Amino acid sequence: MQPLIIGDKTFQSRLFLGTGKFGSGRQMEEAVLASKSELVTVALKRIDMETDTDSLLSYLQHSHINLLPNTSGARNAKEAVFAAQLAREALETNWLKLEIHPDPKYLMPDAIETLKATEELAKQGFIILPYIHADPVLCKRLEDAGTSAVMPLGSPIGTNKGLKTVDFLEIIIEQSRVPVIVDAGIGAPSHAAMAMEMGADAVLVNTAIAVAGNPKLMAEAFKEAVIAGRKAFEAKLAGTLTSAAASSPLTSFLYD
Amino acid sequence: MTTFKDVFEKYDWDTIQSKILAITSHEVECSLARPKRDIEDFLTLISPAALPYLEQMARMSRAITQKRFGKTIQMYAPMYLSNECQNICTYCGFSLDNKLKRKTLTDSEIVKETEAIKSAGFDHVLLVTGEANQIVNINYFLNAIHLIKDKFANISIEVQPLSVEEYVNLHKTGVYSVLVYQETYHRDVYKQYHPKGKKSNFDFRLETPDRVGKAGIHKIGLGVLLGLEDWRTDSFFNALHLDYLQKQYWQSKYSVSFPRLRPAEGIIEPNFIMDDKDMVQLICAYRLWNEDLEISISTRENEKFRDNIISLGATSMSAGSKTNPGGYVVDTQSLEQFETSDERSAQQVANVISEAGYEPVWKDWDKIYTSS
Repeated sequence: MQPLIIGDKTFQSRLFLGTGKFGSGRQMEEAVLASKSELVTVALKRIDMETDTDSLLSYLQHSHINLLPNTSGARNAKEAVFAAQLAREALETNWLKLEIHPDPKYLMPDAIETLKATEELAKQGFIILPYIHADPVLCKRLEDAGTSAVMPLGSPIGTNKGLKTVDFLEIIIEQSRVPVIVDAGIGAPSHAAMAMEMGADAVLVNTAIAVAGNPKLMAEAFKEAVIAGRKAFEAKLAGTLTSAAASSPLTSFLYD
Repeated sequence: MTTFKDVFEKYDWDTIQSKILAITSHEVECSLARPKRDIEDFLTLISPAALPYLEQMARMSRAITQKRFGKTIQMYAPMYLSNECQNICTYCGFSLDNKLKRKTLTDSEIVKETEAIKSAGFDHVLLVTGEANQIVNINYFLNAIHLIKDKFANISIEVQPLSVEEYVNLHKTGVYSVLVYQETYHRDVYKQYHPKGKKSNFDFRLETPDRVGKAGIHKIGLGVLLGLEDWRTDSFFNALHLDYLQKQYWQSKYSVSFPRLRPAEGIIEPNFIMDDKDMVQLICAYRLWNEDLEISISTRENEKFRDNIISLGATSMSAGSKTNPGGYVVDTQSLEQFETSDERSAQQVANVISEAGYEPVWKDWDKIYTSS
């Protein structure tokens, strides 16, 4: 399996995890370890920067785990840029998952503000992974603005509905010069496998693991699904046919 | 400009009440089977006909809450700044006609209370006052917020209704959330419970969440005082209010609280008793109707109820609360708004939450988003 390269980092695992919604820090740590993920996202707003021993971060102190701070809570580019600077200082990383959702109900990403923030943060040297709609044109605009990857949603965040945006994801994957990470909506290992088979470079999963009856076991299931999907992509899937091949009834006259 | 009053006036209390009582079990089953539920489904699910479906509602509520909020409970503490009040509210300990000594915290007292709340582990605080515009007004609030804003990640406020400009000021100073309860949506009954003071103006209060929304406040908290009137009809109007606000001020989050009338110094007994079954039904109905609504459970409720509601739809809880100004350290015997029922410490409650398989979350906001 090919490794994944984003910015200055190389990943063996193509499964990224979110750290919210778990019943305890211990449970989150077990799931992250079982997933073999090397990149986990943490909300800046959840981190207590006043104390040296933040409880959330203490569970993520493993040498193979890279932190990807996110700007969840930001409603516009200005707030996101402030949050990014604070995160860089607090977590000593210039990696950033850019999330700008002015709509707290469905947490729909704001394309205009996300593009603005990406332009600004790229100038400031951030490795930016923006959470966006599955909008192929926006992806190209973000590339031009200096993004390091794109994170289109599969379906509304937290819904576990799978790849409702599949037609647009296909276009994005086809056109992209930067890694495509399918984020949000992946509710089952089969969804993750499907995204990987399509050629997504990675997937990010949170709710489906955190809220599962057994988060650790579900994390393993996702790990295996992502590997299976990626291998299938690299092996090149045999094409599917919609009908059985008849013996050239329309053109047979040419050979009479 | 449209406000909730325009929506509210299209409805009639008695018609809604009759409609709730006429709901059939078939209608309840239809509502439960729908993948997405609207305000009519909420009405159905708070009806007496839905009570036999409580276990199913609870299971659904748990699953929906976990999907949206995960297995987490946000922790917060109230800080009462003043019990001065120019209103007569016949159910409230702070009522003007309650002839007891009043207290308003000074700067140094606010700092001391802050230290006590912080040392219990809290990072989210709710500032509460009565309504005494001469002493406890916007200038007092802004000063208090300046005093504490570097100490807390998240500041909410529950004070008298203010103007849009004042809410804008609070927003800019770092207030995340404003809570304002209508108490009851029954116009005539409201008058009886609030005979004197600025609060007696029903419409001004009814339009307050509109002003909060216009000011761009991140979260708006609503509720009715359960016990003043028929909880079912009142809760329908509260949900209608939320439904309107969510569409109108789409960038704000919404929360609902469930203050059940509790004994307080010099007050009347509740007119309508709401038992625990009713309360669980109401909480589950809110969740089944509105997946994103934050549901807050205070220490008015007793230990047993609170311990069991953790996994049924609650998303935030106060703990170790004092409902009097200076109650944590400064003046522990001052006049309180109501008696708390769950008197366990914050840490004890956090342990109970953990034992239930949930994570008590102390910080889930950063002041960078409210003061940038």
